[in-house]
Amino acid sequence: MSIKVSNLTKYYGDYLAVDDISFEVKKGEILGFLGPNGAGKTTTMKIITTYLPPTSGKVEVDGIDVEENSLEVRKRLGYLPELNPLYYDMTVTDYLDYVAALDGIPKSQIKTKRDEMIRVCGLEPMRKKDIGTLSKGYKQRVGLAQAMINNPDVLILDEPTSGLDPNQIIEIRNLIKKLGREKTVILSTHILSEVQATCNRVIIINKGKIVADGTTEELQAKSKGESIVTLEVKNNCDRNSLATSLKELRNVNKVEFVRDTGESFIFNIYGQKGVDLREAVSGCVISKGATLLSMQAKQSSLEDIFRELTK
Amino acid sequence: MNINFQNVKTIYFKEVKSYFNSAIAYIVMIVFMIISGFLFTMSFFQIGIASLRDFFGNFFIQLMLFVVFIPAITMRSFSEEKKQGTLELLLTKPVSDLELIFGKYFSALTLVVITLFPTVLYFIIISFIGPIAFAPFLTSLLGFILMSAFFIGIGVFISSLTENQIIAFIVSVLICLFFFLMGKLLIIFPPSLVSVFEYLTTDYHLNNISRGVIDSRVLIYYFSMIIFTLFLTKVSLESRKW
Repeated sequence: MSIKVSNLTKYYGDYLAVDDISFEVKKGEILGFLGPNGAGKTTTMKIITTYLPPTSGKVEVDGIDVEENSLEVRKRLGYLPELNPLYYDMTVTDYLDYVAALDGIPKSQIKTKRDEMIRVCGLEPMRKKDIGTLSKGYKQRVGLAQAMINNPDVLILDEPTSGLDPNQIIEIRNLIKKLGREKTVILSTHILSEVQATCNRVIIINKGKIVADGTTEELQAKSKGESIVTLEVKNNCDRNSLATSLKELRNVNKVEFVRDTGESFIFNIYGQKGVDLREAVSGCVISKGATLLSMQAKQSSLEDIFRELTK
Repeated sequence: MNINFQNVKTIYFKEVKSYFNSAIAYIVMIVFMIISGFLFTMSFFQIGIASLRDFFGNFFIQLMLFVVFIPAITMRSFSEEKKQGTLELLLTKPVSDLELIFGKYFSALTLVVITLFPTVLYFIIISFIGPIAFAPFLTSLLGFILMSAFFIGIGVFISSLTENQIIAFIVSVLICLFFFLMGKLLIIFPPSLVSVFEYLTTDYHLNNISRGVIDSRVLIYYFSMIIFTLFLTKVSLESRKW
Protein backbone atom coordinates (compact mmCIF):
# COMPACT_ATOMS: atom_id res chain seq x y z
CA MET A 1 0.00 0.00 0.00
CA SER A 2 2.42 2.57 -1.16
CA ILE A 3 3.03 4.94 -3.97
CA LYS A 4 6.38 4.96 -5.69
CA VAL A 5 7.20 7.69 -8.18
CA SER A 6 10.50 7.31 -9.99
CA ASN A 7 12.01 9.90 -12.32
CA LEU A 8 8.62 11.13 -13.39
CA THR A 9 8.63 13.67 -16.21
CA LYS A 10 5.64 15.13 -18.01
CA TYR A 11 5.60 17.44 -20.99
CA TYR A 12 2.49 19.11 -22.36
CA GLY A 13 3.73 19.70 -25.87
CA ASP A 14 6.82 21.79 -25.27
CA TYR A 15 5.85 22.81 -21.77
CA LEU A 16 7.62 20.92 -19.02
CA ALA A 17 5.08 20.43 -16.24
CA VAL A 18 6.86 17.84 -14.10
CA ASP A 19 10.62 17.59 -14.19
CA ASP A 20 12.19 14.30 -13.13
CA ILE A 21 10.65 13.91 -9.69
CA SER A 22 10.98 10.86 -7.46
CA PHE A 23 9.40 10.14 -4.12
CA GLU A 24 7.75 7.39 -2.17
CA VAL A 25 4.76 7.41 0.14
CA LYS A 26 4.18 4.60 2.60
CA LYS A 27 1.08 3.28 4.27
CA GLY A 28 -0.02 5.45 7.14
CA GLU A 29 1.59 8.53 5.70
CA ILE A 30 -0.34 11.65 4.89
CA LEU A 31 1.70 13.55 2.37
CA GLY A 32 1.03 17.23 1.79
CA PHE A 33 1.76 18.40 -1.69
CA LEU A 34 2.59 22.08 -1.63
CA GLY A 35 3.46 24.45 -4.38
CA PRO A 36 2.42 27.61 -6.19
CA ASN A 37 -0.10 27.46 -9.03
CA GLY A 38 1.24 25.64 -12.06
CA ALA A 39 3.97 23.90 -10.07
CA GLY A 40 2.94 20.45 -11.29
CA LYS A 41 0.93 19.19 -8.30
CA THR A 42 -2.24 18.43 -10.20
CA THR A 43 -0.34 16.92 -13.12
CA THR A 44 1.50 14.55 -10.79
CA MET A 45 -1.79 13.55 -9.21
CA LYS A 46 -3.39 12.97 -12.60
CA ILE A 47 -0.54 10.66 -13.52
CA ILE A 48 -0.77 8.70 -10.27
CA THR A 49 -4.51 8.28 -10.83
CA THR A 50 -3.89 6.97 -14.39
CA TYR A 51 -5.77 9.82 -16.05
CA LEU A 52 -2.65 11.00 -17.87
CA PRO A 53 0.37 8.94 -18.87
CA PRO A 54 3.87 10.10 -17.92
CA THR A 55 6.18 11.28 -20.69
CA SER A 56 8.91 9.28 -19.01
CA GLY A 57 9.51 7.69 -15.64
CA LYS A 58 7.45 5.29 -13.69
CA VAL A 59 4.68 5.38 -11.11
CA GLU A 60 3.69 2.36 -9.08
CA VAL A 61 0.77 1.98 -6.71
CA ASP A 62 1.09 -1.08 -4.48
CA GLY A 63 3.80 -2.22 -6.85
CA ILE A 64 1.46 -2.05 -9.87
CA ASP A 65 2.51 0.11 -12.78
CA VAL A 66 -0.07 2.82 -13.55
CA GLU A 67 0.45 2.58 -17.28
CA GLU A 68 0.61 -1.16 -17.75
CA ASN A 69 -2.23 -2.11 -15.49
CA SER A 70 -4.24 1.03 -15.01
CA LEU A 71 -7.55 -0.69 -14.22
CA GLU A 72 -5.98 -2.60 -11.30
CA VAL A 73 -4.50 0.63 -9.97
CA ARG A 74 -7.84 2.42 -10.26
CA LYS A 75 -9.50 -0.25 -8.09
CA ARG A 76 -7.15 0.70 -5.26
CA LEU A 77 -7.58 4.43 -5.64
CA GLY A 78 -9.87 7.06 -4.33
CA TYR A 79 -9.47 10.32 -6.20
CA LEU A 80 -10.98 13.72 -5.64
CA PRO A 81 -10.03 15.86 -8.65
CA GLU A 82 -9.50 19.58 -8.30
CA LEU A 83 -12.75 20.52 -10.03
CA ASN A 84 -14.79 18.08 -7.92
CA PRO A 85 -16.75 16.39 -10.71
CA LEU A 86 -20.41 15.92 -9.84
CA TYR A 87 -23.63 15.32 -11.75
CA TYR A 88 -25.78 18.24 -10.74
CA ASP A 89 -29.00 16.59 -11.84
CA MET A 90 -28.51 13.56 -9.60
CA THR A 91 -29.42 13.25 -5.96
CA VAL A 92 -26.66 12.61 -3.43
CA THR A 93 -27.70 8.98 -2.94
CA ASP A 94 -28.08 8.30 -6.68
CA TYR A 95 -24.67 9.78 -7.34
CA LEU A 96 -22.95 7.76 -4.64
CA ASP A 97 -24.74 4.59 -5.76
CA TYR A 98 -23.53 5.19 -9.31
CA VAL A 99 -19.96 5.80 -8.21
CA ALA A 100 -20.04 2.75 -5.95
CA ALA A 101 -21.24 0.58 -8.84
CA LEU A 102 -18.47 1.93 -11.07
CA ASP A 103 -16.00 1.12 -8.32
CA GLY A 104 -17.12 -2.49 -8.61
CA ILE A 105 -18.76 -2.69 -5.21
CA PRO A 106 -21.20 -5.65 -5.24
CA LYS A 107 -24.82 -4.60 -5.51
CA SER A 108 -25.70 -6.08 -2.12
CA GLN A 109 -23.17 -3.84 -0.37
CA ILE A 110 -23.77 -0.57 -2.20
CA LYS A 111 -26.54 0.62 0.08
CA THR A 112 -24.56 -0.01 3.28
CA LYS A 113 -21.41 1.62 1.91
CA ARG A 114 -23.31 4.63 0.63
CA ASP A 115 -25.13 5.14 3.93
CA GLU A 116 -21.87 4.83 5.80
CA MET A 117 -20.28 7.52 3.62
CA ILE A 118 -23.30 9.79 4.01
CA ARG A 119 -22.97 9.45 7.78
CA VAL A 120 -19.20 9.90 7.87
CA CYS A 121 -19.29 12.97 5.62
CA GLY A 122 -22.25 14.53 7.42
CA LEU A 123 -24.53 14.48 4.39
CA GLU A 124 -27.56 13.04 6.17
CA PRO A 125 -29.84 16.11 5.75
CA MET A 126 -28.95 16.39 2.04
CA ARG A 127 -29.26 12.79 0.91
CA LYS A 128 -32.40 13.23 -1.20
CA LYS A 129 -31.43 16.62 -2.64
CA ASP A 130 -30.15 17.28 -6.14
CA ILE A 131 -26.41 17.90 -6.00
CA GLY A 132 -26.82 21.09 -8.05
CA THR A 133 -28.79 22.68 -5.23
CA LEU A 134 -26.18 22.02 -2.53
CA SER A 135 -23.80 24.63 -1.15
CA LYS A 136 -20.14 24.44 -2.06
CA GLY A 137 -19.19 22.86 1.25
CA TYR A 138 -21.76 20.08 0.85
CA LYS A 139 -20.66 19.52 -2.73
CA GLN A 140 -17.11 19.11 -1.49
CA ARG A 141 -18.31 16.55 1.05
CA VAL A 142 -20.09 14.63 -1.69
CA GLY A 143 -16.79 14.67 -3.61
CA LEU A 144 -14.96 13.28 -0.60
CA ALA A 145 -17.61 10.61 -0.09
CA GLN A 146 -17.17 9.70 -3.75
CA ALA A 147 -13.43 9.32 -3.32
CA MET A 148 -13.67 7.16 -0.23
CA ILE A 149 -16.69 4.98 -0.94
CA ASN A 150 -14.64 2.02 -2.16
CA ASN A 151 -12.49 2.14 0.98
CA PRO A 152 -9.36 2.63 -1.14
CA ASP A 153 -5.82 1.87 -0.04
CA VAL A 154 -4.62 5.07 -1.63
CA LEU A 155 -6.39 8.41 -1.43
CA ILE A 156 -5.46 11.25 -3.77
CA LEU A 157 -7.13 14.51 -2.82
CA ASP A 158 -6.59 17.62 -4.92
CA GLU A 159 -7.39 20.57 -2.65
CA PRO A 160 -9.92 18.71 -0.51
CA THR A 161 -10.92 21.59 1.76
CA SER A 162 -11.38 24.33 -0.81
CA GLY A 163 -14.68 26.11 -0.37
CA LEU A 164 -15.39 24.79 3.10
CA ASP A 165 -16.10 26.92 6.14
CA PRO A 166 -13.68 26.75 9.11
CA ASN A 167 -15.78 24.21 11.02
CA GLN A 168 -16.08 21.96 8.02
CA ILE A 169 -12.37 22.28 7.33
CA ILE A 170 -11.58 21.00 10.80
CA GLU A 171 -14.05 18.14 10.41
CA ILE A 172 -12.63 17.14 7.04
CA ARG A 173 -9.06 17.37 8.32
CA ASN A 174 -9.90 15.12 11.23
CA LEU A 175 -11.56 12.72 8.85
CA ILE A 176 -8.49 12.63 6.63
CA LYS A 177 -6.23 12.15 9.64
CA LYS A 178 -8.36 9.29 10.89
CA LEU A 179 -8.37 7.61 7.50
CA GLY A 180 -4.69 8.28 6.99
CA ARG A 181 -3.72 5.85 9.71
CA GLU A 182 -4.51 2.84 7.58
CA LYS A 183 -4.16 4.33 4.11
CA THR A 184 -1.71 6.17 1.95
CA VAL A 185 -2.88 9.73 1.43
CA ILE A 186 -1.61 12.48 -0.84
CA LEU A 187 -3.31 15.82 -0.61
CA SER A 188 -2.47 19.00 -2.40
CA THR A 189 -3.21 22.38 -0.99
CA HIS A 190 -2.37 26.06 -1.06
CA ILE A 191 -3.17 26.44 2.60
CA LEU A 192 0.00 25.98 4.59
CA SER A 193 -1.66 25.67 7.96
CA GLU A 194 -3.54 22.74 6.51
CA VAL A 195 -0.31 20.90 5.93
CA GLN A 196 0.79 21.58 9.46
CA ALA A 197 -2.54 20.41 10.81
CA THR A 198 -3.03 17.25 8.78
CA CYS A 199 0.12 15.98 7.14
CA ASN A 200 3.00 14.10 8.65
CA ARG A 201 5.15 14.81 5.64
CA VAL A 202 5.45 17.63 3.13
CA ILE A 203 6.75 17.83 -0.40
CA ILE A 204 7.16 21.30 -1.79
CA ILE A 205 7.20 21.39 -5.55
CA ASN A 206 8.12 24.33 -7.73
CA LYS A 207 8.37 24.58 -11.50
CA GLY A 208 7.99 20.83 -11.78
CA LYS A 209 10.81 20.02 -9.36
CA ILE A 210 10.79 18.87 -5.75
CA VAL A 211 12.45 21.59 -3.70
CA ALA A 212 11.82 20.16 -0.24
CA ASP A 213 10.77 16.85 1.22
CA GLY A 214 10.39 16.02 4.90
CA THR A 215 8.27 16.46 8.00
CA THR A 216 7.18 19.99 8.82
CA GLU A 217 9.65 20.04 11.73
CA GLU A 218 12.50 18.94 9.50
CA LEU A 219 11.69 21.61 6.98
CA GLN A 220 11.59 24.26 9.67
CA ALA A 221 14.94 23.13 10.99
CA LYS A 222 16.44 23.16 7.52
CA SER A 223 15.24 26.61 6.63
CA LYS A 224 17.81 29.33 7.06
CA GLY A 225 15.44 31.57 9.00
CA GLU A 226 16.81 32.97 12.28
CA SER A 227 15.19 32.46 15.64
CA ILE A 228 13.23 35.40 16.91
CA VAL A 229 12.14 36.28 20.42
CA THR A 230 9.58 38.96 21.03
CA LEU A 231 10.08 40.55 24.42
CA GLU A 232 7.83 42.85 26.38
CA VAL A 233 9.08 44.61 29.51
CA LYS A 234 7.48 47.22 31.76
CA ASN A 235 8.51 50.76 30.79
CA ASN A 236 10.03 51.55 34.20
CA CYS A 237 13.56 50.78 32.98
CA ASP A 238 16.16 52.34 30.71
CA ARG A 239 15.38 50.92 27.36
CA ASN A 240 18.67 51.85 25.69
CA SER A 241 20.89 50.20 28.27
CA LEU A 242 18.65 47.11 28.23
CA ALA A 243 18.97 46.92 24.45
CA THR A 244 22.74 47.24 24.67
CA SER A 245 23.12 44.46 27.20
CA LEU A 246 20.73 42.22 25.28
CA LYS A 247 22.86 42.75 22.22
CA GLU A 248 25.93 41.55 24.10
CA LEU A 249 24.35 38.15 24.81
CA ARG A 250 25.75 35.11 23.07
CA ASN A 251 24.16 34.15 19.74
CA VAL A 252 22.22 37.40 19.46
CA ASN A 253 22.60 39.07 16.09
CA LYS A 254 20.37 42.05 16.40
CA VAL A 255 18.04 43.75 18.84
CA GLU A 256 15.23 45.82 17.45
CA PHE A 257 13.05 48.16 19.42
CA VAL A 258 9.55 47.76 18.08
CA ARG A 259 7.41 50.25 19.97
CA ASP A 260 6.47 51.86 23.22
CA THR A 261 2.89 50.91 24.16
CA GLY A 262 2.73 53.53 26.92
CA GLU A 263 3.05 50.90 29.61
CA SER A 264 5.67 48.65 28.14
CA PHE A 265 8.50 48.37 25.63
CA ILE A 266 8.49 45.73 22.95
CA PHE A 267 11.68 44.34 21.46
CA ASN A 268 12.43 41.83 18.76
CA ILE A 269 15.62 39.89 19.39
CA TYR A 270 17.12 38.04 16.44
CA GLY A 271 19.40 35.13 17.17
CA GLN A 272 21.26 32.47 15.32
CA LYS A 273 19.24 29.73 13.67
CA GLY A 274 18.05 26.91 15.90
CA VAL A 275 19.06 28.61 19.16
CA ASP A 276 16.52 29.18 21.89
CA LEU A 277 17.34 32.61 23.30
CA ARG A 278 14.64 32.77 25.90
CA GLU A 279 16.65 31.67 28.90
CA ALA A 280 19.49 34.09 28.24
CA VAL A 281 17.08 36.93 27.52
CA SER A 282 15.03 36.47 30.68
CA GLY A 283 18.22 36.27 32.76
CA CYS A 284 19.46 39.49 31.24
CA VAL A 285 16.17 41.33 31.79
CA ILE A 286 16.07 40.31 35.46
CA SER A 287 19.73 41.21 36.05
CA LYS A 288 19.00 44.69 34.67
CA GLY A 289 16.18 45.02 37.18
CA ALA A 290 13.47 45.34 34.52
CA THR A 291 10.03 43.73 34.83
CA LEU A 292 9.46 40.96 32.33
CA LEU A 293 5.87 41.00 31.06
CA SER A 294 5.95 38.51 28.22
CA MET A 295 8.26 36.68 25.92
CA GLN A 296 7.58 34.59 22.88
CA ALA A 297 9.87 32.53 20.68
CA LYS A 298 8.93 32.48 17.02
CA GLN A 299 9.97 29.72 14.69
CA SER A 300 10.24 30.56 11.04
CA SER A 301 6.86 29.42 9.76
CA LEU A 302 6.10 27.10 6.93
CA GLU A 303 5.01 30.21 5.06
CA ASP A 304 8.56 31.55 5.29
CA ILE A 305 10.01 28.28 4.08
CA PHE A 306 7.51 28.10 1.27
CA ARG A 307 8.25 31.61 0.12
CA GLU A 308 11.96 31.05 0.39
CA LEU A 309 11.86 27.86 -1.69
CA THR A 310 9.42 28.86 -4.38
CA LYS A 311 10.71 32.32 -5.12
CA MET B 1 -9.94 -6.61 -24.88
CA ASN B 2 -12.00 -7.46 -21.86
CA ILE B 3 -15.40 -5.91 -21.55
CA ASN B 4 -16.94 -5.99 -18.12
CA PHE B 5 -20.66 -5.96 -18.90
CA GLN B 6 -21.51 -5.02 -15.36
CA ASN B 7 -19.80 -1.67 -15.98
CA VAL B 8 -21.52 -1.22 -19.34
CA LYS B 9 -24.84 -1.91 -17.62
CA THR B 10 -24.14 0.57 -14.81
CA ILE B 11 -23.31 3.36 -17.25
CA TYR B 12 -26.14 2.40 -19.60
CA PHE B 13 -28.83 2.62 -16.94
CA LYS B 14 -27.47 5.84 -15.54
CA GLU B 15 -27.50 7.38 -19.02
CA VAL B 16 -31.00 6.18 -19.87
CA LYS B 17 -32.20 7.57 -16.56
CA SER B 18 -30.56 10.92 -17.17
CA TYR B 19 -32.17 11.15 -20.64
CA PHE B 20 -35.53 10.78 -18.97
CA ASN B 21 -34.56 13.23 -16.25
CA SER B 22 -33.90 15.90 -18.85
CA ALA B 23 -36.30 17.44 -21.32
CA ILE B 24 -34.57 16.13 -24.45
CA ALA B 25 -36.03 12.64 -24.34
CA TYR B 26 -39.59 13.91 -23.97
CA ILE B 27 -39.25 16.63 -26.59
CA VAL B 28 -37.84 14.21 -29.14
CA MET B 29 -40.42 11.53 -28.46
CA ILE B 30 -43.41 13.85 -28.37
CA VAL B 31 -42.45 15.82 -31.47
CA PHE B 32 -41.72 12.64 -33.36
CA MET B 33 -45.05 11.15 -32.29
CA ILE B 34 -47.02 14.24 -33.28
CA ILE B 35 -45.41 14.60 -36.69
CA SER B 36 -45.34 10.92 -37.53
CA GLY B 37 -48.88 10.51 -36.27
CA PHE B 38 -50.00 13.43 -38.38
CA LEU B 39 -48.34 12.07 -41.53
CA PHE B 40 -49.71 8.61 -40.88
CA THR B 41 -53.31 9.72 -40.37
CA MET B 42 -53.11 12.14 -43.30
CA SER B 43 -52.30 9.41 -45.75
CA PHE B 44 -54.66 7.08 -43.98
CA PHE B 45 -57.78 9.21 -44.11
CA GLN B 46 -57.23 11.60 -47.00
CA ILE B 47 -55.69 9.42 -49.62
CA GLY B 48 -57.22 6.28 -48.26
CA ILE B 49 -53.98 4.44 -48.41
CA ALA B 50 -52.85 2.44 -45.47
CA SER B 51 -49.22 2.03 -46.20
CA LEU B 52 -46.15 2.13 -44.08
CA ARG B 53 -43.86 2.32 -47.09
CA ASP B 54 -44.84 5.97 -47.44
CA PHE B 55 -44.23 6.46 -43.80
CA PHE B 56 -40.72 5.03 -43.63
CA GLY B 57 -39.87 6.42 -47.05
CA ASN B 58 -41.08 9.90 -46.12
CA PHE B 59 -38.28 12.37 -46.66
CA PHE B 60 -39.45 14.63 -43.86
CA ILE B 61 -39.66 11.85 -41.30
CA GLN B 62 -36.18 10.66 -42.20
CA LEU B 63 -34.72 14.15 -42.14
CA MET B 64 -36.25 14.91 -38.78
CA LEU B 65 -35.14 11.71 -37.14
CA PHE B 66 -31.69 11.27 -38.60
CA VAL B 67 -30.52 14.81 -39.01
CA VAL B 68 -32.16 16.66 -36.13
CA PHE B 69 -33.23 14.27 -33.39
CA ILE B 70 -30.22 11.99 -33.26
CA PRO B 71 -27.70 14.84 -32.93
CA ALA B 72 -29.98 16.35 -30.27
CA ILE B 73 -29.90 13.10 -28.34
CA THR B 74 -26.16 12.50 -28.63
CA MET B 75 -24.86 16.06 -28.30
CA ARG B 76 -24.45 15.91 -24.55
CA SER B 77 -23.17 12.36 -24.16
CA PHE B 78 -19.48 13.20 -23.83
CA SER B 79 -19.53 17.01 -24.13
CA GLU B 80 -21.30 17.43 -20.83
CA GLU B 81 -18.90 15.04 -19.07
CA LYS B 82 -15.97 17.00 -20.43
CA LYS B 83 -17.44 20.31 -19.41
CA GLN B 84 -18.32 19.21 -15.87
CA GLY B 85 -15.01 17.39 -15.40
CA THR B 86 -16.87 14.14 -14.76
CA LEU B 87 -15.00 12.49 -17.61
CA GLU B 88 -11.95 12.55 -15.35
CA LEU B 89 -14.03 10.87 -12.66
CA LEU B 90 -15.18 8.12 -15.02
CA LEU B 91 -11.75 7.55 -16.52
CA THR B 92 -10.12 7.14 -13.11
CA LYS B 93 -12.68 4.58 -12.00
CA PRO B 94 -12.04 0.92 -12.83
CA VAL B 95 -13.98 1.30 -16.09
CA SER B 96 -12.39 0.95 -19.50
CA ASP B 97 -12.87 3.50 -22.27
CA LEU B 98 -14.82 0.97 -24.35
CA GLU B 99 -17.18 0.11 -21.51
CA LEU B 100 -17.93 3.78 -21.13
CA ILE B 101 -18.48 4.24 -24.88
CA PHE B 102 -20.76 1.19 -25.10
CA GLY B 103 -22.81 2.31 -22.12
CA LYS B 104 -23.36 5.74 -23.64
CA TYR B 105 -23.87 4.47 -27.17
CA PHE B 106 -26.50 1.88 -26.32
CA SER B 107 -28.40 4.25 -24.06
CA ALA B 108 -28.79 6.71 -26.97
CA LEU B 109 -29.81 3.84 -29.24
CA THR B 110 -32.39 2.75 -26.71
CA LEU B 111 -33.94 6.18 -26.69
CA VAL B 112 -34.24 6.13 -30.50
CA VAL B 113 -35.77 2.66 -30.47
CA ILE B 114 -38.32 3.84 -27.91
CA THR B 115 -39.05 6.85 -30.12
CA LEU B 116 -39.71 4.51 -33.05
CA PHE B 117 -42.10 2.43 -31.01
CA PRO B 118 -45.29 4.19 -32.22
CA THR B 119 -44.68 2.82 -35.71
CA VAL B 120 -45.46 -0.62 -34.31
CA LEU B 121 -48.83 0.75 -33.25
CA TYR B 122 -49.45 2.06 -36.77
CA PHE B 123 -48.67 -1.39 -38.10
CA ILE B 124 -51.11 -2.99 -35.70
CA ILE B 125 -53.83 -0.49 -36.66
CA ILE B 126 -53.38 -1.20 -40.34
CA SER B 127 -53.30 -4.92 -39.79
CA PHE B 128 -56.84 -4.70 -38.40
CA ILE B 129 -58.08 -3.09 -41.57
CA GLY B 130 -56.58 -5.32 -44.16
CA PRO B 131 -53.77 -7.62 -45.09
CA ILE B 132 -50.36 -6.11 -44.72
CA ALA B 133 -46.98 -7.49 -45.60
CA PHE B 134 -45.11 -8.22 -42.42
CA ALA B 135 -41.61 -8.51 -43.85
CA PRO B 136 -41.24 -5.05 -45.41
CA PHE B 137 -42.46 -3.45 -42.21
CA LEU B 138 -40.00 -5.36 -40.11
CA THR B 139 -37.06 -4.75 -42.40
CA SER B 140 -37.95 -1.08 -42.78
CA LEU B 141 -37.97 -0.76 -39.04
CA LEU B 142 -34.69 -2.64 -38.85
CA GLY B 143 -33.26 -0.34 -41.53
CA PHE B 144 -34.34 2.69 -39.53
CA ILE B 145 -32.73 1.30 -36.41
CA LEU B 146 -29.49 0.45 -38.23
CA MET B 147 -29.34 3.87 -39.80
CA SER B 148 -30.00 5.46 -36.40
CA ALA B 149 -27.28 3.28 -34.92
CA PHE B 150 -24.82 4.62 -37.47
CA PHE B 151 -25.80 8.25 -36.96
CA ILE B 152 -25.72 7.85 -33.18
CA GLY B 153 -22.14 6.66 -33.63
CA ILE B 154 -21.38 9.87 -35.51
CA GLY B 155 -23.09 11.96 -32.84
CA VAL B 156 -21.32 10.26 -29.94
CA PHE B 157 -17.97 10.66 -31.67
CA ILE B 158 -18.50 14.36 -32.40
CA SER B 159 -19.62 14.93 -28.83
CA SER B 160 -16.38 13.39 -27.59
CA LEU B 161 -14.43 16.06 -29.47
CA THR B 162 -15.82 19.16 -27.80
CA GLU B 163 -17.05 20.26 -24.44
CA ASN B 164 -19.60 22.53 -26.08
CA GLN B 165 -22.96 20.83 -26.67
CA ILE B 166 -24.08 23.36 -29.25
CA ILE B 167 -20.97 22.80 -31.35
CA ALA B 168 -21.43 19.05 -31.00
CA PHE B 169 -25.02 19.40 -32.19
CA ILE B 170 -24.26 21.59 -35.20
CA VAL B 171 -21.31 19.55 -36.41
CA SER B 172 -23.26 16.30 -36.00
CA VAL B 173 -26.18 17.77 -37.95
CA LEU B 174 -23.86 18.75 -40.79
CA ILE B 175 -22.18 15.35 -40.98
CA CYS B 176 -25.47 13.45 -40.73
CA LEU B 177 -26.93 15.76 -43.34
CA PHE B 178 -24.01 15.04 -45.62
CA PHE B 179 -24.48 11.26 -45.40
CA PHE B 180 -28.23 11.62 -45.64
CA LEU B 181 -28.26 13.86 -48.71
CA MET B 182 -25.41 12.19 -50.55
CA GLY B 183 -27.81 9.54 -51.80
CA LYS B 184 -30.19 12.16 -53.15
CA LEU B 185 -27.40 13.98 -54.94
CA LEU B 186 -25.87 11.05 -56.78
CA ILE B 187 -26.81 12.66 -60.09
CA ILE B 188 -24.02 15.17 -59.75
CA PHE B 189 -21.32 12.51 -59.66
CA PRO B 190 -19.75 11.21 -62.88
CA PRO B 191 -21.51 7.99 -63.95
CA SER B 192 -18.41 5.88 -63.52
CA LEU B 193 -18.22 6.77 -59.81
CA VAL B 194 -21.87 6.51 -59.02
CA SER B 195 -21.77 2.86 -58.00
CA VAL B 196 -18.95 3.52 -55.57
CA PHE B 197 -20.64 6.50 -53.96
CA GLU B 198 -23.92 4.74 -54.01
CA TYR B 199 -22.52 2.07 -51.72
CA LEU B 200 -21.35 4.73 -49.30
CA THR B 201 -24.69 6.49 -49.04
CA THR B 202 -27.09 5.56 -46.33
CA ASP B 203 -30.01 6.08 -48.66
CA TYR B 204 -29.11 3.21 -50.91
CA HIS B 205 -28.95 0.76 -48.04
CA LEU B 206 -32.09 2.03 -46.41
CA ASN B 207 -34.02 1.61 -49.66
CA ASN B 208 -32.46 -1.75 -50.15
CA ILE B 209 -33.42 -3.15 -46.77
CA SER B 210 -36.90 -1.61 -46.84
CA ARG B 211 -37.94 -3.95 -49.63
CA GLY B 212 -38.31 -6.75 -47.14
CA VAL B 213 -35.16 -8.67 -47.76
CA ILE B 214 -32.12 -8.43 -45.54
CA ASP B 215 -29.08 -8.16 -47.73
CA SER B 216 -25.81 -9.06 -46.04
CA ARG B 217 -24.09 -6.14 -47.81
CA VAL B 218 -26.43 -3.78 -46.03
CA LEU B 219 -25.63 -5.29 -42.67
CA ILE B 220 -21.90 -5.17 -43.42
CA TYR B 221 -22.19 -1.53 -44.42
CA TYR B 222 -23.98 -0.48 -41.27
CA PHE B 223 -21.96 -2.57 -38.85
CA SER B 224 -18.64 -1.45 -40.28
CA MET B 225 -19.77 2.19 -40.14
CA ILE B 226 -20.92 1.77 -36.54
CA ILE B 227 -17.69 0.08 -35.49
CA PHE B 228 -15.71 2.77 -37.27
CA THR B 229 -17.47 5.61 -35.43
CA LEU B 230 -17.04 3.84 -32.08
CA PHE B 231 -13.37 3.30 -32.86
CA LEU B 232 -12.98 7.01 -33.61
CA THR B 233 -14.64 7.79 -30.27
CA LYS B 234 -12.15 5.57 -28.49
CA VAL B 235 -9.27 7.31 -30.25
CA SER B 236 -10.77 10.65 -29.28
CA LEU B 237 -10.95 9.63 -25.61
CA GLU B 238 -7.38 8.41 -25.74
CA SER B 239 -6.22 11.68 -27.24
CA ARG B 240 -5.96 13.09 -23.70
CA LYS B 241 -2.87 10.93 -23.42
CA TRP B 242 -1.10 12.39 -26.43
